[in-house]
Amino acid sequence: MYWQEEYETITRDKLEELQLQRLQQTLQRVYDKIPFYRQAFDAAGIQPGDVKSLADLQKVPFTVKQDLRDHYPFGLFTVPMDEVVRLHASSGTTGKPTVVGYTKKDINTWADLMARAIVMAGGSKKDVLQNAYGYGLFTGGIGVHYGAERMGATVVPISGGNTARQLMLMQDFGTSILTCTPSYALFLGEEIHNAGIDLQNLKLRVGIFGAEPWSERMREQLEAKLNITALDIYGLSEVIGPGVSMECPEKKGMHIFEDHFLAEIIDPETGKQLPYGQPGELVITSLTKEALPIIRYRTRDITVLNEDTCGCGRTFVRMQRVTGRTDDMLIIRGVNVFPSQIESVLLEFGDTEPHYLLVVDRKGSLDNLEIWVELNDKFFSDKIRALEDLENKIRGRILSVLGISARLKFVEPRTIPRSEGKAKRVIDKREL
Amino acid sequence: MKVKQISVFLENKSGRLAQVTRVLGEQNINIRALSIADTTDFGILRLIVNDPDSAYQALKEAGFTVSTTDVIAVEVGDEPGGLARIMEILQQRGINIEYLYAFLQKATNAALVVFRVELIDEAIDVLQKNNVNILGGNRVYTL
Repeated sequence: MYWQEEYETITRDKLEELQLQRLQQTLQRVYDKIPFYRQAFDAAGIQPGDVKSLADLQKVPFTVKQDLRDHYPFGLFTVPMDEVVRLHASSGTTGKPTVVGYTKKDINTWADLMARAIVMAGGSKKDVLQNAYGYGLFTGGIGVHYGAERMGATVVPISGGNTARQLMLMQDFGTSILTCTPSYALFLGEEIHNAGIDLQNLKLRVGIFGAEPWSERMREQLEAKLNITALDIYGLSEVIGPGVSMECPEKKGMHIFEDHFLAEIIDPETGKQLPYGQPGELVITSLTKEALPIIRYRTRDITVLNEDTCGCGRTFVRMQRVTGRTDDMLIIRGVNVFPSQIESVLLEFGDTEPHYLLVVDRKGSLDNLEIWVELNDKFFSDKIRALEDLENKIRGRILSVLGISARLKFVEPRTIPRSEGKAKRVIDKREL
Repeated sequence: MKVKQISVFLENKSGRLAQVTRVLGEQNINIRALSIADTTDFGILRLIVNDPDSAYQALKEAGFTVSTTDVIAVEVGDEPGGLARIMEILQQRGINIEYLYAFLQKATNAALVVFRVELIDEAIDVLQKNNVNILGGNRVYTL
């Protein structure tokens, strides 16, 4: 089943023709409207009119997350704010988030892409879709919600957390599709088991899981624990949100919605394009976005593209599960965390370079973040209460900046290993 | 009338206390009184020693997080109600005690107790007015 068969099964020739036409329009749009892009293109010696084939895209400069931060909040929008009907944002390093905007047409496009994703997973109007992605500034919750309404499923907008209620509604409403992070799905699976709920009494059959990395091993666990088909979804707010690519039941990678997004794989060191089949960093150019088009955006996600024809009939290339990052970003309970964000919080409490280590572990199915901080003379007190107060203050700041709770552990000076050059800031013990 | 206390940050892992005492022993520093306060993750060792400046220096060089705090050493009658009397004096003046601990040996027939209070000068004042004996650093370090 397809949501937009005309596009989802388009021939590669026709697709490339469409992509080139849309690419040229997008390049012209950003060049005309955004000084940042005009300067970058001029500096690289390229004009939108020079891009005469998809291969010419390689001459166009990259965009990185920092560019969005530098133009906080609306500096890269190509439409007046009158036309912007929605904003989303993710947490930032210095308290300033990365902001993305949508026109009515963007919201419409996004809803169609998410509708494609849900239909691709086997969803239909008959389904009850329990959406346990977080609602709010995060794109996950509302992104899935609009797509589900678009394709006609019955949406249960429960958002994340409140596990007891999740289980109750899952039984009472006859939920058949679950959307959330894979780790939360695993947790729900365990709670279903602990509550003694018989899987036979649930109507659950499909899970659409994303916003954090997972593995084939987790897929097996999820499918066994929940008695479902577990599928991977990919997206990032800078590009649009969830619904950039979606896995079909063939389970051989996620189809990138290439009529809206042009995907490249590059060598993260040299920036050179790599052929299909080789692992590298995914770079995406939006082809139809209005409010915030994005050109050659470096996702920092490492994957492989596969152009073989898929058994499902879709012609879009597939990207493998994201296997890593080219930067130090961590995803903890679905939240993107950069060590530098934690460093900036620690800097607020002391005047010197903090020595710290992030230890990430998965207890049961939920991620735990422990922040080890070397306790220097400035922090130290002879009173336990003073140290515990400090601990709570830092935890509180981290919660407000990152939106996740962490455990803080003070350690003795010079006990966190120093390394030559780049400090090792993260120990990730999670086995996905 | 004040006594210098050394405080050392210790992670709750084996061998840390042994390391502190080894460093002090090597520098011929004698411990007069000590206490440890701890949480699940860490502890704070508080020490009164014969030579606080050398102790501070030695522990610092050994890589410990160390600080010094002024405390008072109070003679407490070694008899029932002895400590209660001191507490009452401080309480009446509204002086909160952060923590206290006892010395290992006595200077006289009375027991010797370390008091850590925020309002240290007021505490000294009120105790002296009530004829409580407070030992200064020089007396304490050379016990």
